[in-house]
Amino acid sequence: MRARRTAGYGLVVVLVLILIAPLLALATLSFWTQTGFSIDTTPTLANYWSLIEPSQTPTVYFGIPFPLANPVPAILLLKSLVMSLTATVAVILVAYPMAYFLAFRVTKYKVVWLILITIPFWTSYLLRVFAWKIVLGFNGAINSGLISLGIIEKPLEFLLYNPVAVTLTLTHAWVTFAILPIYVSLEKIDRTLLEAATDLGDSRWARFRRITLPLSMPGVVAAALLVFIPTVGDYVTPTLVGGPGGTMIGNAIQTLFFKQDNAPLGAAVAIVMMLAIAALCLLFLRAIGYTRLRERST
Amino acid sequence: MTRRFRFLSLYAVLFLVFLYAPTILLPLFSFNDNTFAVFPLKAFTFRHYDAMVTNLSMLAALRNSLVVGAVSAVAATAIAIPLSIGLARRLLPAHNLVLATVMLPLVVPSIIFAVAFLVILVRILQVDLSLWSITIAHVFLCLPFSVMVLMSRLEGLDRSLEEASRDLGETALGTFRRVTLPLILPAVISSLLMCFITSFDEFVLAFFLSGTQPTLPVFLYGQLRFPNKLPPMLALGSVILIVSTLLVILSEIIRRRGAAGLKPEDA
Repeated sequence: MRARRTAGYGLVVVLVLILIAPLLALATLSFWTQTGFSIDTTPTLANYWSLIEPSQTPTVYFGIPFPLANPVPAILLLKSLVMSLTATVAVILVAYPMAYFLAFRVTKYKVVWLILITIPFWTSYLLRVFAWKIVLGFNGAINSGLISLGIIEKPLEFLLYNPVAVTLTLTHAWVTFAILPIYVSLEKIDRTLLEAATDLGDSRWARFRRITLPLSMPGVVAAALLVFIPTVGDYVTPTLVGGPGGTMIGNAIQTLFFKQDNAPLGAAVAIVMMLAIAALCLLFLRAIGYTRLRERST
Repeated sequence: MTRRFRFLSLYAVLFLVFLYAPTILLPLFSFNDNTFAVFPLKAFTFRHYDAMVTNLSMLAALRNSLVVGAVSAVAATAIAIPLSIGLARRLLPAHNLVLATVMLPLVVPSIIFAVAFLVILVRILQVDLSLWSITIAHVFLCLPFSVMVLMSRLEGLDRSLEEASRDLGETALGTFRRVTLPLILPAVISSLLMCFITSFDEFVLAFFLSGTQPTLPVFLYGQLRFPNKLPPMLALGSVILIVSTLLVILSEIIRRRGAAGLKPEDA
């Protein structure tokens, strides 16, 4: 029996190590430095230092001064966080009524509705984003449609290649990821609680605000994290619809790895991005008292 | 009640339009006789599809994608079966740690995994990028999906069937082969299909890890830079969308059929 347990531990250690090996390698590389064409494997914090190295002349971006010698990664990280946060809020606002509809209104053909919601989740992300390029482009569907209808004379240039286009596309591409967790938490709500509230004289709105919404919060929080975390580092959307003004931190990492051939610095940027995301998520969970929230709803 | 019902139904319909409208433009323009994806539509044509199927490098990319998808789906599911049995039955020490590391690809942005694999494969193991590097990354990516599907099936399973088999003298392996595996088969098939779709549609990992042989999404992305190559790519995109959609529906039907057989109230 003891031998079996030891074997179990050994197996788990090997498995976990294999699964996190790529991330460990990335972290290791971030402590090395690129010298010309070769890599210096002396452990150093130089890459991280270069990301926060102060400078006397701050670079001002959107009114915010960045007093850094190498401000691009910091600016792009902040910009990515803001864009991703905006998209996350938009996703939740769009997804919640749909999840509510699925949980409380759909009685017939529920499976069909669920499959309709799930299909985009599984179909090519690249193609769904590319579709937005066709919709918003200079020679795109909206512009050519409005011109052929005689509403505008020349194409609107502000549609594509900006942060708004990126945020809109992110919202569209990720909204189905948010519906399912919210739907599950709404489904779990004990319907007798709702009846009790109505019997005790709550209006429909008060009932929603005091019972349904608080009890569905765990689903909303899960959905928010599920959307926020991957979108910060999204590469496809800013590349296809972002243009020069809509680049995000993912593009910076790609540039460092491939075009500037400074993989260690790229690794450091990737690690900093992951830490920033993790810190923000923990702060967020702390601020809303997530553990209490979960206890209440189970 | 009725008023509110109508408002939400209207919202649901509008939502579906928002969800599907941009994507439906791909097949729409792929049948339009024009080199640009613009309104008004001119005439119906199959010529973009003709251009697509005669494109040899596209066919090579398609072959690459099919191979990578099939190998990753089989490998991920084969790893996931014992893993999810261990997880669903709480046989493994450090249960939560294992579960969390398996689920990592779901919460870590794929660009992080892409560069992480690039580092471990190229810088540390010093192997050349090939279809194998994409396949390995895709197995990691598919594992959480596969484990989720299999675990939910295993948790709904009636354990007394396996116990009966053991009591009647079947070995552990025999019980797995003759009782457990047939019972979780719908989930296994569903996992294979889902992993295949995930790998087939995946772009970022494949883009960072492809050597000289691109997968279909990487090939398509490369062609998007040339405006005159757009129409055949629209045709290609439409085919990919339709095939993925059919596979998703198939996999959902198989999974739900299976679940309905186990626990009728959850169907």
